[in-house]
Amino acid sequence: MTPILEVRDVKKYFPSGSSRLLQRPTGQVKAVDGVSLSLQKGKTLGVVGESGCGKSTLARILTRLIEPSSGSILLDGEDVTRLSGSDLRRMRRDIQIIFQDPYSSLNPRHSVGEIIATPLRIQKTVAKSEQAGRVKELMHLVGLNPEHFNRYPHEFSGGQRQRVGIARSLALNPKVIVADEPVSALDVSIQSQILNLMQELQTKLQVAFVFIAHDLSVVRHIADDVAVMYLGKIVELGPARTVYGHPTHPYTKALMSAVPVANPVSGRKIGRIVLTGDVPSPIDPPSGCRFRTRCWKAQDICASNEPELLDRGDGRVSACHFPELEA
Amino acid sequence: MTNATPLLSVRDLHVSFKTNDGIVKAVDGVSFDVANGQTMGIVGESGSGKSVMVSAIMRLNFGTDVIVSGQILLNGIDLLALPESEMRQVRGRDIAMIFQDPLSALNPFYTVGYQIAEAYLVHHPKTPKAQVEAIVLNALDKVGIPDARKRIKSYPHEFSGGMRQRIVIAMALINKPKLLIADEPTTALDVTVQAQILELIDSLREENNSAVMLITHDLGVVAETIQQVMVMYAGRTAEYAAVQDLFDTPSHPYTQGLLRAVRSFDQSTRGSLVSISGTPPSLINLPEACAFRPRCSHEKGPLSACATQRPELRTIGASQSACHLSADEVSRVQREAFSK
Repeated sequence: MTPILEVRDVKKYFPSGSSRLLQRPTGQVKAVDGVSLSLQKGKTLGVVGESGCGKSTLARILTRLIEPSSGSILLDGEDVTRLSGSDLRRMRRDIQIIFQDPYSSLNPRHSVGEIIATPLRIQKTVAKSEQAGRVKELMHLVGLNPEHFNRYPHEFSGGQRQRVGIARSLALNPKVIVADEPVSALDVSIQSQILNLMQELQTKLQVAFVFIAHDLSVVRHIADDVAVMYLGKIVELGPARTVYGHPTHPYTKALMSAVPVANPVSGRKIGRIVLTGDVPSPIDPPSGCRFRTRCWKAQDICASNEPELLDRGDGRVSACHFPELEA
Repeated sequence: MTNATPLLSVRDLHVSFKTNDGIVKAVDGVSFDVANGQTMGIVGESGSGKSVMVSAIMRLNFGTDVIVSGQILLNGIDLLALPESEMRQVRGRDIAMIFQDPLSALNPFYTVGYQIAEAYLVHHPKTPKAQVEAIVLNALDKVGIPDARKRIKSYPHEFSGGMRQRIVIAMALINKPKLLIADEPTTALDVTVQAQILELIDSLREENNSAVMLITHDLGVVAETIQQVMVMYAGRTAEYAAVQDLFDTPSHPYTQGLLRAVRSFDQSTRGSLVSISGTPPSLINLPEACAFRPRCSHEKGPLSACATQRPELRTIGASQSACHLSADEVSRVQREAFSK
């Protein structure tokens, strides 16, 4: 089956270091450095990693909000990497985005009805006379009262605003929605409402999600597959159950063990791996394996050879010279 | 709780703000104690009044539109009655605070060495320069900043988020305060760094035998580092308990809802998540009765005590809980939802 979304060896380098006027940039930030992914119709791919690992840059590349430096993006089998003009506009119907911050992603001067209708107005997929009806239908779909279409964003709570953002992303019946940290700005009790809604919508509409988050438990809950990113590269990728059950990459393992468990007995610091130091700068990443500076298993080979993503069974790959394989 | 005089004792604290739309009761009658060497946690969603409460303890938010009443006793002295000049002596020396965002807590125009030294010099004026430098270096060493001698000349932007938070912690602890208030100290940090910072705060607490008040919305953080927990909802105490009791036998329907929401993340895969319906109430014109009633699944109807009387904190099972449900009803709910 053709995946609905496929990414092949995508790279994004940002120039950096030109502090003086007219001087050429001296370095490059390798924000995303050779990422390949695929996503099937109606499924969810979770992308996790710490800040600065390139997950938001990846989201922007997927939605063509920024251009990749190299590599290609295939949407339903069609290469969309170099589209422009009206072709690009047509492609945008099929891939939409939900942003992290429900406050800054909604125009405070537009009513929510106008906000949700904006994609319809731009793409002209629905006749003008039918737009109001479609807006009400969408509001109902995401659990908002359709009578409130002429209210403004400030009259809604954080959770309700995120519902507006979701309604807007659904307006054009996209095949893929990229959700960049859609619940991290919300309180716990509201997070679950939004995640339940996203799952319901997926079952109903068969839309595929790329779900980007730093919260591992949220991703485990919603994702079919998980990609763990570190400094612009995928270090482990596979079915959520497998990756969470038996992480093979030391970084995945440390990341999972660092999450505080909401249970004093079982959680308290058993087998906790506390990583030392911070994520190195992506301007000058470590040679060989990028994780080696914080890894407790690092050997000489880790500094000289970059590990490749290798099959570890159960449909999972990881990039490590000394993977944690099951005994 | 403890028999000895507590280090900090807050009695019936109210903090309200006058706004154009009416009076916002951000903190509405909260009482609790913190003992020496103890870590107390305050949990609540955004808008539950936790940050306003701790800034009231530091007396940081006392503008003209703020109404404060109650008592905040530090070693028996009421901080609310102190003149500002004496309060200034308390801040930083007896009580220190760590804020959520370490970047905005540091001045971008001064080196970190200067800023840490300043915190010390305010309370120890006329200390010789060489001695101050030794103290600052020692403080940076303790919070795990490598190569401290070189780094004191660096500016905040030259550090990563986790390192900045370490600097803020070094600054807060330089006068060995008796009470350290940490307002969401790890919320802006990544999980791997969060683990480092929580361990650091805990080891420094042990070393100085100081008390720590940790404000957080993350129940995982609570389970790991805290002994006594207060759950806040809409400016009021919903539940107050030892951490083990809170997680094993939560008494208040709000705590139960929160725990079930969090645990459904940890356990299930792809099932529907447990959530609390509705949204937190506006703090303007809060109902005098139970503030959680509109979202509560055990609510007893418009004529019951839930709708007419404000529930007071009382002992239910192992916790103190502000709820009208009888002890029998609470233990039935606990059995249904929390037995293993």
